[in-house]
Amino acid sequence: MTVATTYRTCPRSGLQFESQAEKLMIANAVTAVVALLVGGLLAIGVVLTRWPAVHWLEADTFYMVLTAHGIDMLIFWMIFFEVAVLYFAASTLLRCRIATPKIAWAAYALMLVGAVMNNVAVFRGDSSVMMTSYVPMMAHWSFYLGLILFAVGALIACFVFFGTLVVAKREKTYEGSVPLVTFGAITAAIIAVFTISSGAIILIPTFLMSIGVVHEVNPLVYRTIWWAFGHSSQQINVAAHISIWYAVAAIAFGAKPMSERVSRGAFLLYILFLQLASAHHLLADPGISTEWKVVNTSYFMYFAVLASMIHALSIPGAMEVAQRAKGYNKGLFEWLRKAPWSNPTFSGVFIALVGFGFLGGISGVMMGTEQLNLLIHNTIYVPGHFHATVVVGTTLTFMALTYFLIPVLFRREMIAPGWARLQPYLFGFSMYFFCLVMMGAGTLGVSRRHWDMAFNGNALAYEWPGAAYLMMGLVGIAGVAAIAGGAIYIFVTVGSVFFGKKLDTGVVSPKFTPVPRAAPTLAAQTYGSAGFVAPGTFVLASVFLVAFVLYYFVNWKYLGQLWGLS
Amino acid sequence: MSAILPPSERLWWKHPLDRQELVWIGIAFVWCMVMFFMMVLWHIYGKQNLATETYKTNPEKYSAQAQAAVDKWTVRNETAMNIPVVAPPEGADVYMIARLWNWWPILELQKGKTYKLHLSAMDYNHGFSMQPTNINIQVVPGYEHVIKVTPNETGTFSVVCNEYCGIGHHEMVGRIYVK
Ligand code: HEM
Ligand SMILES: [Cu+2]
Ligand SMILES: [Cu+2]
Repeated sequence: MTVATTYRTCPRSGLQFESQAEKLMIANAVTAVVALLVGGLLAIGVVLTRWPAVHWLEADTFYMVLTAHGIDMLIFWMIFFEVAVLYFAASTLLRCRIATPKIAWAAYALMLVGAVMNNVAVFRGDSSVMMTSYVPMMAHWSFYLGLILFAVGALIACFVFFGTLVVAKREKTYEGSVPLVTFGAITAAIIAVFTISSGAIILIPTFLMSIGVVHEVNPLVYRTIWWAFGHSSQQINVAAHISIWYAVAAIAFGAKPMSERVSRGAFLLYILFLQLASAHHLLADPGISTEWKVVNTSYFMYFAVLASMIHALSIPGAMEVAQRAKGYNKGLFEWLRKAPWSNPTFSGVFIALVGFGFLGGISGVMMGTEQLNLLIHNTIYVPGHFHATVVVGTTLTFMALTYFLIPVLFRREMIAPGWARLQPYLFGFSMYFFCLVMMGAGTLGVSRRHWDMAFNGNALAYEWPGAAYLMMGLVGIAGVAAIAGGAIYIFVTVGSVFFGKKLDTGVVSPKFTPVPRAAPTLAAQTYGSAGFVAPGTFVLASVFLVAFVLYYFVNWKYLGQLWGLS
Repeated sequence: MSAILPPSERLWWKHPLDRQELVWIGIAFVWCMVMFFMMVLWHIYGKQNLATETYKTNPEKYSAQAQAAVDKWTVRNETAMNIPVVAPPEGADVYMIARLWNWWPILELQKGKTYKLHLSAMDYNHGFSMQPTNINIQVVPGYEHVIKVTPNETGTFSVVCNEYCGIGHHEMVGRIYVK
């Protein structure tokens, strides 16, 4: 079957874009950036209110703005961008036309309508329930309906992705197995189907409750199923950004995965075990058995952590092997020193990778330990942790990928390349610091989602230690710096897409050229014999492990000093 | 460019692993097991494990129980709102109500003695966050959570609400004394 469409071969990257898929990617990515812009503006309000010396917004505005910040960032920015990534991984990497483009547009429309409806509900002011919207606290019905429409749209987009894989297989657009990056995207999409279905399962009855059809949604059941959505959707982010890391390692260095088997096996562990982790949001809850908490919070037995640790070695390891092959062979770290640090696609990914592992990974495992969770549950440590995962890890990765996509997908020359070069450093490092001081404040007990840590005028007011105020002040300063970094990203990308010099489209043809296999490389032929091909990475990974072990046991020691609880 | 291309070898899954990856997987696996068994061991040897004893309840029932405890053991009232300060005997069932937007009543416990602390919420979710000790427990409406607590220090402790519970969330703070 031939379908009337065209394929454009990008002269700068050699990638082949099918015209429908290209338009869909552009629409989804642009919408994502708009959501990021809105969420970023809201971040100003959030951070300037939590900075005790500034304490900017009124309480009701603060809670409204925080609700919108969470949803626009975590749900709309991430998922719109992920849909673009899915289409890229299926259609562009496999040089395949997108399956059912009309349905893909319908999915986009549903997501857009849902996102707008939800935002309108929040900004009306009667839906300041935070993104978690725990029942029985109720928002306006359009809050839930917006999220449901968005979820249905995203679900359809996942099926368009799967459909495209089927078309590619049938029309033989590629040889052998799908590329590793596509495999990672499949992981993300499988997790997404589970996740989004959970979201629908719990939001539909809640919506019915908001219009008076259903009387009660059990608060504990709500929390359990909501987190199957709320946490698992973070695993979509992880699978997506790790796939992009592999892609960028390949694009920036020509790196080959150290071992296809290991990397794919690690993605498989994600599919099998990642979902369980949503249990770590329920560790401080009543009514849930210890066995259930221990097994689930540890992803059965930390098999998903194992997978992440594997990726953490494989990705920089692949870069190191590629760099060494180019002759950067001196000592342990010449390969890293001579990396393209002024290319924002690379620097963004590397800063994301290191921050995700050291700050997000270690703190996440600590928090997700059944007993240790008592130390930080619902403190500002929690947003400290997830800004390290979802902002340093995923957001910065998506930003880095955008710099690659501007000439390739949008066919524009980047304006202000100097600003672009600076951006990952400013955004990444201020976010590192932001996360650290938030975790510091959380360790001292400061609450999340809290308008007034001074408890002004309250007879029983609690006085936080001075260090907690200091930490929250630093949160404010670091947050403002990070927002400036985000603003540069918006300036460069939006500016380039609208005002950048138009670049050559490349050859357009009515037929795809099948994707060849990767050329066998030297590394492939020496598999199994070389041993320790990436010693520098191994040293870095060992430093990571030592930090991990120390921090983990320091927290047990801290826990051991608390009141007896049984 | 190979992570974005189909693998060069048809039978990629048959390739032996590089020694480096193998060693790392081994180390990581051991660490994962250490972390897993640490949680299990702490249940056996550790002193801080969150109880799972929970009952379904409702606001009427729970507040009646709390009121009975207040009637029995109140030693004085505090603040302009006359919040009762309840000093229960060792081993007693003591109740704390979480509601919009206060914790009720105030408790007065003794160091080294064990009590059965009951927590429940009357309306929305609330968060029991005891400071400066930093013990944090979710309080869910409709569920009565019974936790055995043994204070190991004296002083004045605040119970901050750290689950968002509406516009007065930041005003919700209670107190526990330990003598
Ligand atoms: C650019 C700089 C950013 C700053 C300065 C910032 C600041 C903050 C702060 C201070 C909080 C905690 C407020 C509180 O609990 O009281 C927060 C919450 C949150 N942020 Fe950000 N943020 C930024 C970017 C992002 C991005 C990119 C994402 C997602 C991809 C994100 C997702 C969230 C979420 C999900 C919450 C939790 C909302 C809730 O508790 O319901 N943030 N942000
Ligand atoms: Cu509360
Ligand atoms: Cu509250």
